[in-house]
Amino acid sequence: MGFFFEVLFGGFLAGVLYALVALGFVLIFKASGVFNFAQGAMVLFAALSLVRLMEWMPIPIAMLASVAIMIVFALVVERLVLRPLVNQEGIILFMATIGVSYFIDGFGQTVWGSDVYKLDVGLPNEPVIILESLFEGGILVNQFDLVAAVIAGLLVTVLAIFFQKTRIGRALRAVADDHQAAQSVGIPLRDIWVIVWSTSGIVALVAGIVWGSALGVQFSISLVALKALPVLILGGFTSVPGAIVGGLIIGAGEKLAEVYIGPTFGGGIENWFAYMLALLFLLVRPQGLFGERIIERV
Amino acid sequence: MTASGRKIGGTLLKVDNISLSFGGVRALNDVSFDIKAHEIRAIIGPNGAGKSSMLNVINGFYHPQQGTITFKDIARTDIGPYDAASRGIARTFQNIALFRGMSTLDNIMTGRLLKMKRNLFWQALYFGPARREEMEHRAVVERIIDFLEIQSIRKVPVGRLPYGLQKRVELGRALAMEPDLLLLDEPMAGMNVEEKEDMCRFILDVNDEFGTTIALIEHDMGVVMDISDRVVVLDYGRKIADGTPDEVRGNQAVIDAYLGVSH
Repeated sequence: MGFFFEVLFGGFLAGVLYALVALGFVLIFKASGVFNFAQGAMVLFAALSLVRLMEWMPIPIAMLASVAIMIVFALVVERLVLRPLVNQEGIILFMATIGVSYFIDGFGQTVWGSDVYKLDVGLPNEPVIILESLFEGGILVNQFDLVAAVIAGLLVTVLAIFFQKTRIGRALRAVADDHQAAQSVGIPLRDIWVIVWSTSGIVALVAGIVWGSALGVQFSISLVALKALPVLILGGFTSVPGAIVGGLIIGAGEKLAEVYIGPTFGGGIENWFAYMLALLFLLVRPQGLFGERIIERV
Repeated sequence: MTASGRKIGGTLLKVDNISLSFGGVRALNDVSFDIKAHEIRAIIGPNGAGKSSMLNVINGFYHPQQGTITFKDIARTDIGPYDAASRGIARTFQNIALFRGMSTLDNIMTGRLLKMKRNLFWQALYFGPARREEMEHRAVVERIIDFLEIQSIRKVPVGRLPYGLQKRVELGRALAMEPDLLLLDEPMAGMNVEEKEDMCRFILDVNDEFGTTIALIEHDMGVVMDISDRVVVLDYGRKIADGTPDEVRGNQAVIDAYLGVSH
């Protein structure tokens, strides 16, 4: 029993990391109805900026500088990419984000270099044994994973409040629903886009810090974005809490599957199990667990 | 209809020599007219006459190549939708443009966004002054909901509502902006007789109770002749007539435009 919980727990913690990346997608999707293909590249870019700036300055200042860089990035994207495409179809904006993605992949590595960098912002990284009183031998977890879980939890709480409770949240949802109508009630589309892209840039930075600390800052962390896709399909593209729950299910699901049914298939199912789960989910509940029902009157 | 103590005031909006083209298509050609404070001004004309383009110019969606728009005595050639909204122009759309995923209440609340002035910081925390402000705006919105008789659908996502009610919610959102000038693009299109009567009543009440100036595009001539103070008629992007409903009704150019004439 202790072993089961250890696997489950490990899965949850991995899931939290997926959720962090998924969050960035959800933010932009909520506010512009656009699937931002560049989210993974933004994670890499933010992490690269931070790791290289840390060579020059103390960690807190480097973090602030990285936040500033992501805000400037948001301003540039709004001016050069989004503004000319206002009122266009979602698919056109989506194509544009593919372009953005390739650009910052290349730009980031040109400016900051393409080596593998070790990122150490002082997150603890020792294994601890918890819940010893409940299970024989307790559960072995990594402190780092626990810290990551706390960070993700905080981020989600703040974002959820921001979206549900403030007038900006309402404006964001309005913009996502209908650009023209939003403009007609005087919502400044440009400001909203800058706010959203900045926020998702900051989320990307947080995800970059966590992933970068775990794997080192390197090109492959832009590919973790792929793992966010099944998370989004499960949780729903428009739900902040959904990103978290989806992340937990995917994380726990793939770990448990690997351990318990993996041997039947000869192992290694962790890599594709998440996608399989997402596929099945699409058949049953395409809007995800928490997504808004798509209502269409004909 | 114009009785009940309502006074037509001075000029609220004036468009002068507006020309707008899309590539080779001339949507508007040297169109000028004015809208006086507190009046109901109808813009009519056959399909493709440029009526919707005119509204889009007034609220800043389209930027005319020529001409000026004078609103509250300030003349501009080029305004954006944000400027127009913040200076008191609200509108509804021909094909309903609501936030489909949001409830009736939230949709109408978006109309209050410009009126909310608390800064981002308080907004983000959502307590203290920001919360109090939200409550005040909520009260305004509830009055509009009562006024439009849509209490029963307050919490329903608007995507699920029937067409007539969606139009009403859209009117509510525009009213929440407490506009000086309200632009209505075919507010009664596709409605049955009862729904039309309701909508007419709301338009007249808004005009009467709040003194809101209204410019509307409408195809139902009975309605237009009934509720409007003055009518401007467009055809092929040009203004062909302008006057009281009676004057316009007898105008030969208007009759030709609607019935067609052999050249």
